[in-house]
Amino acid sequence: MSIEAMPPEDAVRGDVPVLEVEELSVTFARRGEQPTRAVDGVSFSVAAGETVGLVGESGCGKSVTSLAVMGLLPRRGVQVGGSVRLGGTELIGAPDRTLRRLRGSEMAMVFQDPLSSLNPTVSIGTQVTEVLVEHRDMGKKEAVAEAAALLDRVGIPDPTRRLKEYPHQLSGGMRQRALIAMALACSPRLLIADEPTTALDVTIQAQILELLRELVVDSGTALVMITHDLGVVAGLCDRVHVMYAGKIIETADRHDLFARPRQPYTGGLLASVPRLDAGRGVPLTPIRGSARDAIPWAEGCAFAPRCDNAQDDCLTEVAGSTVPLEYDGPGRELRCRHPLTYPAAPAGATASGAGR
Amino acid sequence: MTAAGEPLLRAEGLQVHFPIKRGVFFDRTVGHVRAVDGVDLAIDRGTTYGLVGESGCGKSTLGRAVLRLVEPTAGQVLFDGTDVASLKGEALRTMRRRMQMVFQDPLGSLDPRQDVESLLSEPLRAHGLGGGKVGIAARVRELLDAVGLPAAALRRYPHEFSGGQRQRIGIARAISLEPDLLIADEPVSALDVSVQAQVVNLLEELQQRLGLTYLVIAHDLAVVRHISDVVGVMYLGSLVEQAPSGVLYDEPLHPYTRALMSAVPVPDPVVEERRERILLAGDLPSPANPPSGCRFHTRCPWRQETRCDDEVPVLRELAPGHLVSCHWAEEIRDGVLRPKSPEEVAATQGVSVRATGAEGLETDALVQGVDEPIERR
Repeated sequence: MSIEAMPPEDAVRGDVPVLEVEELSVTFARRGEQPTRAVDGVSFSVAAGETVGLVGESGCGKSVTSLAVMGLLPRRGVQVGGSVRLGGTELIGAPDRTLRRLRGSEMAMVFQDPLSSLNPTVSIGTQVTEVLVEHRDMGKKEAVAEAAALLDRVGIPDPTRRLKEYPHQLSGGMRQRALIAMALACSPRLLIADEPTTALDVTIQAQILELLRELVVDSGTALVMITHDLGVVAGLCDRVHVMYAGKIIETADRHDLFARPRQPYTGGLLASVPRLDAGRGVPLTPIRGSARDAIPWAEGCAFAPRCDNAQDDCLTEVAGSTVPLEYDGPGRELRCRHPLTYPAAPAGATASGAGR
Repeated sequence: MTAAGEPLLRAEGLQVHFPIKRGVFFDRTVGHVRAVDGVDLAIDRGTTYGLVGESGCGKSTLGRAVLRLVEPTAGQVLFDGTDVASLKGEALRTMRRRMQMVFQDPLGSLDPRQDVESLLSEPLRAHGLGGGKVGIAARVRELLDAVGLPAAALRRYPHEFSGGQRQRIGIARAISLEPDLLIADEPVSALDVSVQAQVVNLLEELQQRLGLTYLVIAHDLAVVRHISDVVGVMYLGSLVEQAPSGVLYDEPLHPYTRALMSAVPVPDPVVEERRERILLAGDLPSPANPPSGCRFHTRCPWRQETRCDDEVPVLRELAPGHLVSCHWAEEIRDGVLRPKSPEEVAATQGVSVRATGAEGLETDALVQGVDEPIERR
């Protein structure tokens, strides 16, 4: 089983996107402290049956983006701006009642840590049936039968027995499957998976990714995959958005992105991952410094302090404007003034070029 | 001291079993978790041995048993010809100077109330090395320089550093005593991708400069492949395959290694679409109650009717330096046997795909194969 089983790309594109995010911004403010802008003008859209990846290192704002889309951020001290539309319905500023109706039925989320996102004092059965009773108006008995079917669908053996068990009795992979089952209970149009495999072992990760892949193909769910693992992105996502310091810095189809990364950050990420299929002794090329060295976007490109291609006009002071996210060939967008360039013939993913 | 040709570290039949205790008034021992169950390995001087496996396979416990941070139940650890298990008191303390450890969580393994200077000079003072105050101060600066941290870091505390810098401090502390063997337990798994490469490069550079011998324990096969000379794959407490890193990745022979390899996503969509995936059925069985015969037979796509269920495979040398513990390794290599799909494996093995510890009896995190270090306070 592999990605060849995906539906033809044209069939799902061009329709009204399931999720449209426009100029989303999230600012955390605390009294007596400088407000922090975690997400800064992020726009993307996801169509039915499409898998979109949000990639970035810790602290780049990818998880906050997902929480803002789901309306799960606390009201106090958090300012959310921009627009998030789920099938045309505006979610930012929507009343709690609307959000509560949508969450679980129209949109669902799978979290990173399966143990802390399940209630340890309530049996798996109750947690899965809760969604069904709430959103699909099922009776108790009906819901239990349906829950067993759901667990079976996500590959949990002996589901009726599992329903009576508590989260601590399941293994990590099983818990993640149970979470996915809960998320799928009402066949949502949008599924957000926030690092769904980070806490799992590779063999279990392969099982879970396979499961997600089948779901997208079978039910046409729009999937937003949030991850830091470029390998996961390469296998699963149709389009990839690379985030850095709260902004999207590069957008491309996965084939283009991995073959010819344009943003020096994307190129740096790819060059710093040891590959299983590369020979030993090929030295890794790390990115200098750490994500802490970012400068505010208002002062220039946040990646400039770590970038090998950086020049004076990466700074706002010199160029007179902040770095915009611009059109960069079909299906690509780029936020960089000195991107990596490639010779006319497509070169390998490791090729790197100087600035223009 | 032994001849230079001898391996620096040799483990023979190493076992670590943890008792499972039950009862309120009496600590009845109801069973044993066989975290490490008979491992033989040898690490040559100046080389890197990579130990991979999923969580709960006993790789961390093995690393700790080598240092005697956990007491081995049976077997020997020979470090430079001396049996570490037989050492006591002062002799053990001196021996520990020559084997140091880098831990996974850089924040958790550094005392938050000690500044960097104090953190780095403590091992020197404890072992009476470094030559007095002036000598120690100079040595600490040298160490910071070696791991690429500025001298300004001396007066700062662990929380003021980023993850990658903290790991550098942990490495500086480990090399401060000029050890011969460095055991690195998941040295980069807590770090961001772009920073991982920095730390991996640092470890390699230090090895070249100081002639260190590494035992690197990690779950990330790509990282292990990158830095190891010899790789050992562990499953449920025992080694299933050991080979020079290039050979292992080009021609994995054990079914588990094959499945593990095929499960690692490669950051290249072209490769991702081409490559063959071997999905495994179910989860890791409980190490308290490991399957009979070959421990992998409950999940193995190549399981045969005979031998696999009842006969424990031994580690055989199939090619020079390439050890495999599988009855059918040759047949699988030559393509005589074909793998079954995970559904078929699950169907024939019905019971075994259940989650570990699902019996209701084994509810300990330890028994469920949660890879948490055993704290000794």
